Amino acid sequence: MGNGYVVPAIVAVTLVTVGIGFYGLRLARTTSDFLVASRAISPTWNAAAIGGEYLSAASFLGVAGLILKYGVDVLWYPVGFAAGYLALLLFVAAPLRRSGAFTLPDFCEVRLGSRRLRKLATVFVIFIGWLYLVPQLQGAGLTLATVAGSPYPVGALLVAVVVTANVALGGMRAITFVQAFQYWLKLTALAVPAIFLALQWQADARPAVTPPDGPAFRTATTVVVEHRATLTFPDGDVREVRPGDRLYFAAGDPVPEVSGTATDAADWLLPDTAGDDDRGLFATYSLILATFLGTMGLPHVLVRFYTNPDGAAARRTTLVVLALVGVFYLLPTIYGVLGRIYTPQLLVTGQTDAVVVLLPGAVLGDGQVGRLLAALVAAGAFAAFLSTSSGLLTSVAGVISTDVLGRGSVRGFRLATVIAGGVPAVLALNLSGLDVSQVVGLAFAVAASSFCPLLVLGIWWRGLTDLGAAAGVLVGGGAAMGAVLLTVLGPPLAGWPATLTTQPAAWTVPLAFTVMVAVSIATRRRLPTDVGTTMLRLHAPEALRL
Amino acid sequence: MTGADDRGVPGRPAAAPVPAPRAAEPPRRTRIVLAEVSGSGSRADRTRSELTQQTRVGEALVRGLVRAQLALALRLSLLVLIGLGGLPWLFAIAPSVGRVTVLGVNLPWLLLGVAAFPFLIAVGWAYVRLAERNEQDFTDLVQRPER
Repeated sequence: MGNGYVVPAIVAVTLVTVGIGFYGLRLARTTSDFLVASRAISPTWNAAAIGGEYLSAASFLGVAGLILKYGVDVLWYPVGFAAGYLALLLFVAAPLRRSGAFTLPDFCEVRLGSRRLRKLATVFVIFIGWLYLVPQLQGAGLTLATVAGSPYPVGALLVAVVVTANVALGGMRAITFVQAFQYWLKLTALAVPAIFLALQWQADARPAVTPPDGPAFRTATTVVVEHRATLTFPDGDVREVRPGDRLYFAAGDPVPEVSGTATDAADWLLPDTAGDDDRGLFATYSLILATFLGTMGLPHVLVRFYTNPDGAAARRTTLVVLALVGVFYLLPTIYGVLGRIYTPQLLVTGQTDAVVVLLPGAVLGDGQVGRLLAALVAAGAFAAFLSTSSGLLTSVAGVISTDVLGRGSVRGFRLATVIAGGVPAVLALNLSGLDVSQVVGLAFAVAASSFCPLLVLGIWWRGLTDLGAAAGVLVGGGAAMGAVLLTVLGPPLAGWPATLTTQPAAWTVPLAFTVMVAVSIATRRRLPTDVGTTMLRLHAPEALRL
Repeated sequence: MTGADDRGVPGRPAAAPVPAPRAAEPPRRTRIVLAEVSGSGSRADRTRSELTQQTRVGEALVRGLVRAQLALALRLSLLVLIGLGGLPWLFAIAPSVGRVTVLGVNLPWLLLGVAAFPFLIAVGWAYVRLAERNEQDFTDLVQRPER
């Protein structure tokens, strides 16, 4: 792919990110500097920074890829990713800020005064962080392979090394400005090409998204298969393909049906209906629960809330974040839908996550505009990998250095960063067949079944005990964790077992809540004696100055 | 107005109740002055210390606030639960809803791809306003308990 603008654009984004990080580092050397500086930042800037850290490879690439592949049913991903901030706003934002907790393990100690619960929370923070980091690196590998033709490991390792070195050397540490810049870059990188794409679609006399004869190739295309699949051709011919197989299609040829995707127009266009498949409905509700309730349990999201001066500001910031991510999530749908028309070969190769970076070239051709827009999208994608991985890595390395390695010295933090960055890099090199958004969805499911009940009950229910919290996190979060490991590492499953493990939230979240409440009631004697003071601290308005 | 005058203006309570011939008793006058001035403030202070010392009154006040905020959050989540959470169920039992098109686009795509986001933002906006009002009510209650 001879687009000469892509690599310079990616290099520029990386250099700007690292550069601003180091420049900011000179301004903010210690945690307290950072906190004092952050007080001067308006909720809008703060919210843009939170949005910049939150919109990851899953949002930037994965959502459009899933829409291309599965259609209307996966629109719940963007809705849920945004709605997670509403749940955070309603149940967590202000009280969490007032608690003064910086991380989830801190919250455990503030609310329940238990060191052991703190350790347990640490394990989950690390697991969720790694599970969330892997797809970021995968996305980087895929993007660089798609736009610059490099082998898959190059992009994944590049982002892993840049981010690890940057965090270890102290750059990017909570630099609000960098993250806010990343939000606007990502929004621009999707919005501007989307306008051109829509105009070109108009100029092409609005080709139908779901033509009556099924999707067809617009131009002569050679497809190199990346994943094992079964293709069903319109003439009834069934063919097994393996990675590396080459298939040739002439312009106007229909796209064969690919096993595991919604090639059928009605299936793609219309939601699941009752009767034919209840598993679809279960999976949808599971996804809704995981994304709505999982956001509040993501380690890199909570840390950012500490930069608000008080509870009321935390609430306002969350509302602005909700608006910013809501605007962003209008865009991936456009890419997924237009991808049906212009890049149907991705359905055959299985690399649907590449639709966002390929679409500008496919629609606008190899002209100047098409190349520039393709470079812009690639730059936005790299902004997504860099910002989210930096935020995650900082949080994970933070808990590793304080809670696992012991005293938090600078050397300790650097060692922790290398550990925190190395493990997901190794994982990303060995797992390339999973959809980016689905792995992120699993991270949300674990967060929703462990930290969501802990936070919600901890903030609103006096009766929570340390044993109850630990039992709920262990049983609910552990079940979700087991389901994730089975999905990622285990043998392929079919039918209900597959649905229950790939979308576990609908049973693990209620399980976690039930166990937490039941064990807390059974161990009522262990209620912390200062629960009244803690509740006052969490909920009393700052205006009282108690 | 006249009622307030009868009780003495807190700002300058020394003016009326001290006749000139009794100038020989300054300590007593000082005591009354202090009591009058701090009169309205001490009740707020008492409420404050009831909050911080976790007396039964203080705990009841905090419980009231927590309950009000939780009720608000639950009511709004119920709204989202019905408004958004009901959609998959609706599409499942009434497939014809999914085939309705508005401006050439199927209704589920419009609802999930576009309308869901303004809806979420509107609910969030309402929550911030109402939660701040709850807190204002609580602050007023603590600072002016006589109301």
